[in-house]
Amino acid sequence: MEYLIGIQGPDFVLVAADNVAASSIIQMKHDYDKMFKLSEKILLLCVGEAGDTVQFAEYIQKNVQLYKMRNGYELSPSAAANFTRKNLADYLRSRTPYHVNLLLAGYDDADGPGLYYMDYLSSLAKAPFAAHGYGAFLTLSILDRHYRPDLTRDEALDLLKKCVEELRKRFILNLHSFTVRLIDKEGIHDLEKLTAGAK
Amino acid sequence: MSSQLLQLHVCKLPRLKKSRRNSGIPLHFFIPTLPNPAPSNNRSLFPYSPANQSVTVRRPFPLSHGTTTLGFIFQGGVIAAADTRASAGGGADCMLWERILTREIRLYQLRHRRCLSIRGTAKLLSFMLHPFKGTEVCVALTLCGWDKDLIYVCSDGARLQGDIFSVGSGSPYAYGVLDRDLRWSLSKEEAISLAREAVFRATHRDAYSGNNVDLFHVTAQGWSQRKREDLKEEYYRDMKRKTNIVEG
Repeated sequence: MEYLIGIQGPDFVLVAADNVAASSIIQMKHDYDKMFKLSEKILLLCVGEAGDTVQFAEYIQKNVQLYKMRNGYELSPSAAANFTRKNLADYLRSRTPYHVNLLLAGYDDADGPGLYYMDYLSSLAKAPFAAHGYGAFLTLSILDRHYRPDLTRDEALDLLKKCVEELRKRFILNLHSFTVRLIDKEGIHDLEKLTAGAK
Repeated sequence: MSSQLLQLHVCKLPRLKKSRRNSGIPLHFFIPTLPNPAPSNNRSLFPYSPANQSVTVRRPFPLSHGTTTLGFIFQGGVIAAADTRASAGGGADCMLWERILTREIRLYQLRHRRCLSIRGTAKLLSFMLHPFKGTEVCVALTLCGWDKDLIYVCSDGARLQGDIFSVGSGSPYAYGVLDRDLRWSLSKEEAISLAREAVFRATHRDAYSGNNVDLFHVTAQGWSQRKREDLKEEYYRDMKRKTNIVEG
């Protein structure tokens, strides 16, 4: 029902998430933000079971901030992704596993941009592009076809718009708006929301 | 209950028995029952969810969650409305959790010498409910507050802030009426009559909602409650109006 997508370029990562918070057949909110800011240059996109998403994401967020307070410098995206995965794995075989699917996007001053795909069974993969949700079935092939490692920002945004267009055309549910953010060496930038009328 | 904070709960049922220890809450409320060591296959797609296989007492009847509640924010404050039909199920849970929450808010006020905000209350409730996720506790609260916030908290763990919420079996019908006519610039009387209309239409269509409608109006100065109205009268008025339109 929910949709996350991330596209990595040579010096940026573009991420988008839908804005629907649903409870069975009702959309309870149309402007719900599924992205959690872990640090100045790291975003965690989180979908899954109702309470687990916020609980788990906030837990990771506070721990990453605690690391910065204790040590004086921020965790790199790779370290944050591995920390998140470790927590998911630890809870997996406990009495209270977290059923969440995640995308972690970040920019490291040393290693450059990074996009990490994690799922509820705590698998972790660094990928040039990734998506979560039923919408991923429709859009991954578009990404396979048109993605290049040397995309410019505008080309990446066009690719994202293509994916959203396909969802509008073929996906059974109405996801009418998407939050879009871009991470580069300057930090996290909010881009214009993609809504039903946008072209 | 703090005079500036109002909560809607699903329904009413007789009070639970409590023990003297642990300040009135039985200990097993805070420690969910231990799971079966061998996982069984009857649970959902997730293979390792022992929390859902706890040993429970067999219920004499199936639980239902019938009611209609709604809340929305407009320029004159916050309106909260609900029907009064009680059905077995979430009612007992909601009563208990409302009392627990009231106690925690009061304790916070005494300890820190300031009122807890709505967001703080919602987060507190959400964290208190989290250990019971996956068990049969069923609680859905809409917190309306003086700082013009409306937050929906439920036992699944969802915590959503918004301008308009409706919860319960009659909620789709209520949304149908509210979504069309709700605007920020409504006057107090228009907002109240809109809320009444929404609850009325929901109770008409939904079998599990009905009887009377309770209406509350919350502002920074406090909350006021309207006289409880019988929806039967509203139905007869509506029928009469419709026959007048047909004849006239």
